[in-house]
Amino acid sequence: MSDDNLSALLLTFKLALIVTFLLLLLGTPIAWWLARTRSRLKGIIGAIVALPLVLPPSVMGFYLLLLMGPDGPIGLFTQALGMGTLPFTFAGLVVASVFYSLPFVVQPIQNAFEAMGDRPLEVAATLRAGPWDRFFSVAIPLAAPGFLTGGVLGFAHTVGEFGVVLMIGGNIPGETRVVSVQIYDYVEALEYGDAHLLSGLMLLFSFIVLLTLYSLDPGKRRTRR
Amino acid sequence: MSTPIARIIGAVLLVTVFGSPSSQAGTVSAAVAANFAAPMKAIAARFEHDTGHRVRLSFGASGRFFAQIRHGAPFDVLLSADDEKPARLEAAGLAVPGSRFTYALGAIVLWSARPDLVDAQGRVLETGTFRHLALANPKLAPYGEAARSVLQKRGLWSTLRGRLVYGENIAQTYQFVASGNAELGFVALSQVLKDGQIRAGSAWRVPAELYPPIRQQAVLLNRGADNPAARALLDYLQSPAVRRLIRHYGYGP
Amino acid sequence: MSSGDLQANLALEFPGFELAVDLRLPGRGVTALFGHSGSGKTTLLRCLAGLERARGRVSINGEIWQDEKTFMPVHQRPLGYVFQEASLFPHLSVMANLQYGMRRVAATTLRVSLEQAIELLGIGHLLQRRPDRLSGGERQRVAIARALAVSPRVLCMDEPLAALDWARRQEILPFLERLHDELEIPLLYVTHAADEVARLADHLVVMDRGRALASGPLNETLARLDLPIQLGEEAGVVLQARIAERDQRWHLARAEFPGGSLWLRDSGHAIGDAVRLRVLARDVSLALTPQADSSILNRLAGEVDAVGEGEHPALRLVRVKVGDTVLISRITARSLAALGLAVGMPVWVQIKSAAMVE
Repeated sequence: MSDDNLSALLLTFKLALIVTFLLLLLGTPIAWWLARTRSRLKGIIGAIVALPLVLPPSVMGFYLLLLMGPDGPIGLFTQALGMGTLPFTFAGLVVASVFYSLPFVVQPIQNAFEAMGDRPLEVAATLRAGPWDRFFSVAIPLAAPGFLTGGVLGFAHTVGEFGVVLMIGGNIPGETRVVSVQIYDYVEALEYGDAHLLSGLMLLFSFIVLLTLYSLDPGKRRTRR
Repeated sequence: MSTPIARIIGAVLLVTVFGSPSSQAGTVSAAVAANFAAPMKAIAARFEHDTGHRVRLSFGASGRFFAQIRHGAPFDVLLSADDEKPARLEAAGLAVPGSRFTYALGAIVLWSARPDLVDAQGRVLETGTFRHLALANPKLAPYGEAARSVLQKRGLWSTLRGRLVYGENIAQTYQFVASGNAELGFVALSQVLKDGQIRAGSAWRVPAELYPPIRQQAVLLNRGADNPAARALLDYLQSPAVRRLIRHYGYGP
Repeated sequence: MSSGDLQANLALEFPGFELAVDLRLPGRGVTALFGHSGSGKTTLLRCLAGLERARGRVSINGEIWQDEKTFMPVHQRPLGYVFQEASLFPHLSVMANLQYGMRRVAATTLRVSLEQAIELLGIGHLLQRRPDRLSGGERQRVAIARALAVSPRVLCMDEPLAALDWARRQEILPFLERLHDELEIPLLYVTHAADEVARLADHLVVMDRGRALASGPLNETLARLDLPIQLGEEAGVVLQARIAERDQRWHLARAEFPGGSLWLRDSGHAIGDAVRLRVLARDVSLALTPQADSSILNRLAGEVDAVGEGEHPALRLVRVKVGDTVLISRITARSLAALGLAVGMPVWVQIKSAAMVE
């Protein structure tokens, strides 16, 4: 395999790993809040989180390019921090991917928290566990299948992301040229051999991910009692 | 019945029955390189008015059209952004031999959305403090190839390399620069020209000798070989009036 | 004994429901919170535990859990709580479930050892199992042991047997009786089953529509004629008795209580054992003369103490004093009139059956 392809693969997996980690960190409190709040804001926040599910990636990419640009609010903020602007940087891809894959992580975790109900937390409270203690010793372990599903989906979705990366990445080798963009380039440049190689790898990867997910299906495990 | 509407309906009926060359009226499907979208829409409107034929336009990347045509996409003509793909289609027996011609010559400019950044000689490339210089992917787009050639001739290709960002096509490259995410970039003259003037920002019109000519070629595809409307469109593109129009949009003669 | 009791003055409103109680409960023994579903008994227990945020004041042994200014969150209240469904943590083994609460309690305040809790509920053989490998009854026993292991100052149980079938209930009841007999920990026991009240309770709170209709020692409260309407078919009294004699030939035992004794089926208790006898009002009939030619074994001489309404217009409840003990008899209003019964009249009490509940 060529250095270009290897570099794109490594970059893609590095991106997906970092994004998945951040998504679990960021998505967990959002999922918790969405699962337990009775606030009227629930609908609005839930809708915002779910937007990337229905929004064309080109729309996300276009707005992110404007928001993170030198005159956009995110751009002004990052410049004030002395970070410059985010488009065309790996950090920019990370930020965009976090937005873009958020629902894929939040929703399974939220569902797991909702399915758990209040009772286990009440039991833990009567057994002297404070709020944080209950969260880590009961809620997280009981929602573990949701975390697994969310993590795998977030990772896979980031690996498969194309439109947003194309819009804000700038196609810089080793920095923003991920596998999906590389494949697009090969197809456009009529280099179908390399396109086949990488596309085949992606197909295999996606299949393995879904296979893993379906064989870990918590519903299936429960019936095996 | 002397209302204006009735008169229009009457006129339309007359044209439909007697006036138009309705016996030969057909439809042509054209795949058009994205950079040529604006002039092509104007040309198609005139063409339909003048000939009565209908034109179905698809805009996109030439490389994707090439792949689609190879797999049987229903296009009659291709207006490519380069001369390589039409030649390859002809060599592969997918296009009518001898139908190829250059309908437009692309020209590039170094452009910035900021009014004071780019000077008339493009010295900003040597002296400027910019973070990102945008160009189309040289591997994919002839405009990108031209931009690379300019940088190589000025001896800047290796020094600027770390600051280059690539658009997948010239339209995206323009978007990078227009949004300010890249301070400047090589874009198509046709993108920033309006009524013979640079529309906004600052620009250096790159001399044609600094890059190989960007020959945008059109070709009649096999599917359109027996379609009179397809041949009519290709002829129409070469008429003097249309060539003037194309120049007006910022393409070379 | 104001230092050793539990005081609760609570108010809470839900749509369509209002809880308002002012209770003082003993700091020892089993207090049953009894009522129909929807009477507010579970809500009251949840408020005491802090699982619901009611207005008002809760204190136990003089320690304030909540009042106008303070609200001690659930995890800081030194209580144990057993829910209707066992609610074991499915991701932990039985042992880890048992240790979950205990590990979160300061060692110096532990008064119940883990071994003691395990032994008391007979779950020693289950420790390494996963909760989903236990039967319903086993799960509930583990849940009770888990609540005990935090050495609670009060143990709350919310219908711990309601989700179990008859056989499972019979499996657990003896363990609950052991808790009652062997531990000093006061128990608040929510139930709608009169037989559980009869078997376990020392103190009874009768709940209805968010109010406490009555609160008092079990015998006194059961003998109140204004309440048995709540009990219907289950109306009756519970007698504290002692086995005085066993008849090997007829497999009978005589249980003695202040004022008399009853012959019952011998259930293997030794002479001198303390037992509880449950005598339902519907099993007690009255006669003006002793009737020797009847199949009824137990006849006691008593005196009419009070007459009250039954749950149906045709029925009357008659409280009869037998020595220092009271019994309740359910008869028809027509019989009451035919016999001409009135307070103070001597009467013969015929007891068709009585159950030894302990």
